[in-house]
Formats: sequence, C-alpha cells, structure tokens
Amino acid sequence: MTDLMGYCDPQSLAPGDTLRVMVSCLGADAFRCDIVRVLSAEAGPDHPPFREEVVANPVNRDYPARRQPIEIGSFALVPPSPELAACESFTLSLYVYPTLPGQGRQGLAGTWSAASRSGFALVLNEAGAPEVLLGDGKGRIGRLSTDIPLYARRWYFLAASFDAASGRLHLLQQPLADKSFHPARRVSAEAQTDVEHLVRPGPFLFAAWHVEDVARPTPGGGLRAGGFFNGKLDSPRLSRRALSEAEALALAGDAPPSGLEAAMVAAWDFSADIASERIRDLSPNRLDGVTVNLPTRAVTGHNWRGHEMHWLKAPREYGAIHFHDDDLADACWLPDLEFPVPQDLPSGCYTVRLRAGEAEFHVPFFVRPSRGQSVAKLVYLASTATYTVYTNNLGRFTGTPELHHGRLTVLDATDELLLKHPELGLSTYDRHRDGSGVCYSSRLRPATNVRPKGRLWNYCADMFVVDWLSRSGEPFDVITDEDLHREGLGILRPYRCLVTGSHPEYFSGAMLDALDAFTRGGGRLMYLGGNGFYWRIAYHPQQPGIIEVRRAEDGTRAWIAEVGEYYHSFDGEYGGLWRRQGRPPNLLAGVGFISQGFDASTPYRRTPQSRDPRAAFVFDGIDGELLGDFGMLQGGAAGLELDCYDAGLGSPPHALVLASSENHSNVYQLVAEEIAVAHGATDGVQNPRVRADLVFFETAGGGAVFSTGSIAYAGSLGSNNFDNNIARLTANVLRRFLDPTPFRIPDCGR
Amino acid sequence: MFRIDPNRVDLAREYKARPFGVHSGDLQMVLNLMRALPVEGHHVLVMSKPHREWTLAVMGGRPPRPRLQPSQVFTSLEAAEWHVFKLRWQMLTGQPLQLD
Repeated sequence: MTDLMGYCDPQSLAPGDTLRVMVSCLGADAFRCDIVRVLSAEAGPDHPPFREEVVANPVNRDYPARRQPIEIGSFALVPPSPELAACESFTLSLYVYPTLPGQGRQGLAGTWSAASRSGFALVLNEAGAPEVLLGDGKGRIGRLSTDIPLYARRWYFLAASFDAASGRLHLLQQPLADKSFHPARRVSAEAQTDVEHLVRPGPFLFAAWHVEDVARPTPGGGLRAGGFFNGKLDSPRLSRRALSEAEALALAGDAPPSGLEAAMVAAWDFSADIASERIRDLSPNRLDGVTVNLPTRAVTGHNWRGHEMHWLKAPREYGAIHFHDDDLADACWLPDLEFPVPQDLPSGCYTVRLRAGEAEFHVPFFVRPSRGQSVAKLVYLASTATYTVYTNNLGRFTGTPELHHGRLTVLDATDELLLKHPELGLSTYDRHRDGSGVCYSSRLRPATNVRPKGRLWNYCADMFVVDWLSRSGEPFDVITDEDLHREGLGILRPYRCLVTGSHPEYFSGAMLDALDAFTRGGGRLMYLGGNGFYWRIAYHPQQPGIIEVRRAEDGTRAWIAEVGEYYHSFDGEYGGLWRRQGRPPNLLAGVGFISQGFDASTPYRRTPQSRDPRAAFVFDGIDGELLGDFGMLQGGAAGLELDCYDAGLGSPPHALVLASSENHSNVYQLVAEEIAVAHGATDGVQNPRVRADLVFFETAGGGAVFSTGSIAYAGSLGSNNFDNNIARLTANVLRRFLDPTPFRIPDCGR
Repeated sequence: MFRIDPNRVDLAREYKARPFGVHSGDLQMVLNLMRALPVEGHHVLVMSKPHREWTLAVMGGRPPRPRLQPSQVFTSLEAAEWHVFKLRWQMLTGQPLQLD
C-alpha cells in the first residue's frame, strides 16, 4: 500500500504568490501532481458527479517519491553555551507534575545526549521514579533514583546534585502540600559515582533528551529529541555546584537568596513570554531558549491556589509548561514543488491533487483575487479556521462517537492514514495521550480530513455550497478565515454579499468584528450552515496557520479545559463560547446552536411569518409547506447540527422565522449550555426547542441576514440536479441580496 | 442497569423498518447500549467505493485500526446497520436474533 500525504503553505494566495507543496510518499517510486480547481464534493450516485478541473501548468507532472518523517513531541531547548559546558558539578531542581509516570523513560531536564551517552539529566525512569543520570561519553554512567514512583497529576519538587570532586550524587523528592489527604512522602537518596568529567557542550533540553543532529529541518532546528515527558514543569534552576537541600529549596523561589547568586547558572521563568515560543532565563547569563512543537502554556503552576483564573493577572502562578509526547506544530517537510499562482487564475477553491498508484491525496488551497482587482460583488468565506481546528480528528475512530452520531462510524483509506501515522498529530477535538485536551492545532502538516472526498463534513460538505454557487451564474470570489482575521473589514469592502459554508464554527475576535461591521454597514450575510460563530479562537501571534481553542466553562465540548486554564495563551483573551462572552451567535445570525444529532435529517415547515410581505422574495416560485425533505446529508435539509431563534440570546425581535424543522430523532439532544438542571426531556422527540429555524432579518445600513441554522442544508442544494425548493429559495435570497436596493428595518412601533 | 430482553424482537423489527430517525424509548435504550460498546471490537464501516459500497470492519489493536471483514460488503448503509444490529444483539443477549 502506498502512503501518500502532503500539505502546503500558505493556504490562501493571490495571483503572483507562490505555493509551496510538501509531500511524503512511501511505497512508490514517483507521485503525480496536478493543480485542480474543485467545484463540488464527491457525494456518490445520488448527487451530480464530482467536478474538478485540471489547471494547465508546468508543475503538473511526476515527481520522485520520498518519505518525509515527522518529529512529534514537544520540548524546550536552550542552545549550547559556555556556562552550560562549564557545569562540572551541578544542582538541577524543578517542580514537576507528571501525567504519565511509569510509561517509559521520560526526560525532565538536562544536557543528556542519548547518542554520546554524555551530559546530565533529571529523568523519570521506567517505574516513574525520579532519576539523576550522568555520563562522561566514554562509557562511564552514573545513576541515582529515589526508587519511589511519582503519583500522576501531583506536584513534586525535585533537586538533583552532583559534586565532581567527591563523585557524590544526591536526589531529593518532595511532594507539595495540597488540600488532599494524599500519602505521598518526602524522600532523598545519595550515592557515589566514578563519573569524573561531565563536559558536553550540547544544548539543554526540557521534557526530552537529545538523540541526534540531522541534516534536515526539524522543529528543533535540526535536532532530534527523544524520551518525551508528559506533564508540567515549573521553575527550573541550574547551579554550578552541589547545593544542600536547604539551598536548593531556597533557590526555587522567585529571587535567589543572598549568597547563592554566584552559584546560579540559570533560573528559568516559564511565566514570562507566555504568548510566544520563548522561554526566559532570569539569571544574568540569559540562557534563554525556545519551546518546540507548541507545548501548552498559560497552565496552572505548582503554586496556583485558585484565587485568580487569568494568567495575566497572576503570572507567578502560571510558571508551568505542559508538555506532551503528541504535540506537533510543524511537520517541517522539505518542499517538493512550488506553484506560482498565475495572474489569470480565477479566485476559487483549489487542491494539489497527488496520485501514486491507487493512492490519492488532496491538499486544499484557496486563491483570492488580486488586491483591488475584483469585480465580483459576492464572496464565499472558506472556513479555514474550522478546518484547522478539526484537522486529524483521531477521536472519531478511537472513541465511541456512534453514541451521539446515531449511526455506524464510516472511514475510508485516507482516514486510515491517520490511524497508521499517529505522528500526523491531533485535532482540538482530541485529548492528548495523557488525557489533557488538545488546545492547539496547526495546518502545517498533512490533513486527512480536509478534502473534497470522503466524509461529507466541513470542507467536503462546504463543496455543496461552492457547487451551487458555481452554477448560480454569479461571479464570486473566495477568501478564507485567515484572510479575514488578518485584514479585517477591509477585505470585505468590495462585496455586497458574503456566503458561508456549512459549519463556520470557529471565529476569532477580529473575524467576528469584521463580519459584524460588514453586516452592520449594509453588507448581506448568507449563513448557509449550522453551529456557526460558536467558539472563540486565537491565531498564533507569530506563526500563521496555528490556532488555539480553550474548551472553557460550557458548550458541546470534546474535552473540558482544566480549571484555571480558560484564557488563551496566544492573546490572553478568555476562551470558550462566544455566547459566554456577550456575543451569542444569535446577535449576528439571528440563530444560535441548540442541538446536534447525526442519524437523520428532516425538512423545514413554513411558518405563518413566512407569509409576511417582507419575505415574499424568498418564496418566489415555491409551493408547498415542506422545504428540503431530501438531501445528501442524512436525507433532509435540517440536520446534523441545528440553530434556533432565541430572543433571549439576542435574536433580533424583527427577525422573521420563515420555517422550522420538526420531528428530530432521539439522537438529537439539547446542547449542554441550555441545561441548567439535568432532566430527561432533552431529545428531539420530547423537546420542542430541538429544531432548526430558517431566519431572515434586515440590518441598519441597508443590509440583511439570511440564516439556515442547519449543517445539512448545504447537502440539499444539489438534489434533483439542483432543481428543488431549497436551491430555488436560496437562489431567490442570493438574487435579492446582490441587488443594491437597501433593505429597511420595519417599523416595530417602539 | 438496563439489559436487553431477548424476547423483545418487536424492537428489532422496529429498528429494521427504520434504522435512522425517531425510535421508541425502549429501542433507543437498546441502541444506546449497543453503541457504547468499547472501541476494541467495535464495528465500523470502511467505505470501499465512494458513497456506494461499504465493508464491515472491527476495530482492534493499539492504537486501534479497522480489521476488514471482506466477506461483509454492503451497498446500503441501512443493510450494514441491520447486519451489525444482529451481531450485537447476539453478543449482548447470548441469543441469535430470529424474526419470523
């Protein structure tokens, strides 16, 4: 079997920009690359055939295949320095909160190199007990362990010292007091070693050890690491002599006590520069370093007491970093080809289509119009933030989603790549191996679930909208979430109407502000999806393509953020639902998330409000009461994830609920944020709030909003070869929304 | 805790007639039990032809991977659901599901 995968950067380009494409191909001598414009989803025999158009270009050819590895696992790295190299004697101390002790040897901190068997380190041994390890690179190795394994998810102070003159090793293991009645106890150990000379002028690593240096890019700048630690480290200190236990404890505080300054080599403060990938040494030596593969920052430290929840307000209590052996920020592959986007390439959705034997892999990218060149009044917003957040959702296969999906899990050959290659990393719908939630996701790696084929979800389902738009006869541009985040309202100014995909779930503050201002300023918004504008995200302040989500406080959550860790590390903003931050989706879209279920979809039924003359244009040429009793997404237009009108959450009072869905199944449940006291009447059979509302309203400035409140809506557009009441209704709305005639808010009498 | 009554074949008939959509409360309890089975040994479908053919597979190993059951190929999702329902019925009741 051929394992063929790739990714690209950037993901959104204008003519004249250059796309870099990185590929790994194992099991074939060559792979074929073609640039294709994607115009639909591959949805099987009940839908119009899949449409892709090859873009004629010299890059379309065969390329030699090669395997490109991925170095997964986070750590922190301090470059080699004379101060480190001079540490013949040392004391290394830190606070540690292990999450998987006893699951393999794990490096905590030090200069240890597995290749040369030299340097020193604090590690957790196979049993999960602390061990100090040192070697001279000539075969002599010294070890000392307390032989008392650490408990998982408890804080300990560890201090290891070595006196080169006497050969004496000392190791202290001291559990920190908390409010539990835990039996962990203080223990120390001592031993002699014949290791005499420690000098190894290599780097100092946290949460891993050095394995080798390689002649290719890696997240660690050409360094390969191993022995990844799972858990938190806090306030590491390094001294150039063997300190007493009392001195080591004194040095662990915020400032070195008088008399110990001369001994101190480094005092790292992980609470500094949290929004970056830097780690800062507070000592005069400034042995600053970097984090690698995005370990989680803005996490509670050993001294967090629960009085303050925001790391910006109590930084001293957030001096920890949570490392995971399955963190990944950037695959760091070498480019196999570069594609200069031709000046005449239309804005649209494209992929790099890779093929080798029977294997096929699509790498999506988006071409936006040249700045100032667009003549289109219609723009499609590709939900790239949502795609990134969902990238490589392993839990769909390793959990039991069937319980809330209400049907068997389906996967295909491309999905299987993720199971075969766990080094592709996780999505923010997953938990790390130690059970903690994944709050960072990157597009700088192959994505097995962002493609126009396979499961009809997100990118693939959005292609139903793109297909319909491309047949509408209306010229349209494509921009992405990342563009909107970076450029704000300015990127929307040329347009009269913006159309979303089926599930624009993740929005940054900048994105939401821009869309709000667009709609408020006369723009027209067609929200053709469900569960949109739901989670707040933060983009990485320096690295494009990396997103943070904190599943805080409430919501339909794949995991629950740890207490005290609700604030983004990237921007310091409160994470979680927009609804919990005064901006429910209802304010922008008129509807907000109410329920999900994935077994069956249903039609909408027209309401009396749909007869209002204000909505006459919507129903032009449409007979009957039921809308969308057909569709590719579980057989109806209302399904998968549903939104409903709720004046209490800010749905405008003048909004018209044009139609509502009904008869949803037992699998559909009210969202958690709607349930204050648990009860048994929350499913689609018993609870009337489980429904999708089709909503229209006018905005100040002549704009308007049309919201479908259902992910499945997109899957009904193409039924009967696009001749159906959903396609017709949506076309009616589009036509009016592109008409410059201003909408007017009705006089409500107050 | 709830256990499936092997005499309630009426629930199997209800499921066969409508695998997706509104179910009786009693059938939903049966389905919840079946769908919450552990990942190891869990039945899944591998799409062998795009949206037109599915092959039964069983998750196994660590990390779990789908192990294909090549003799069990379906051309509709409803048929696949019914097949797995019968397998699970026998697993959870100890008795094969027999409808008249």
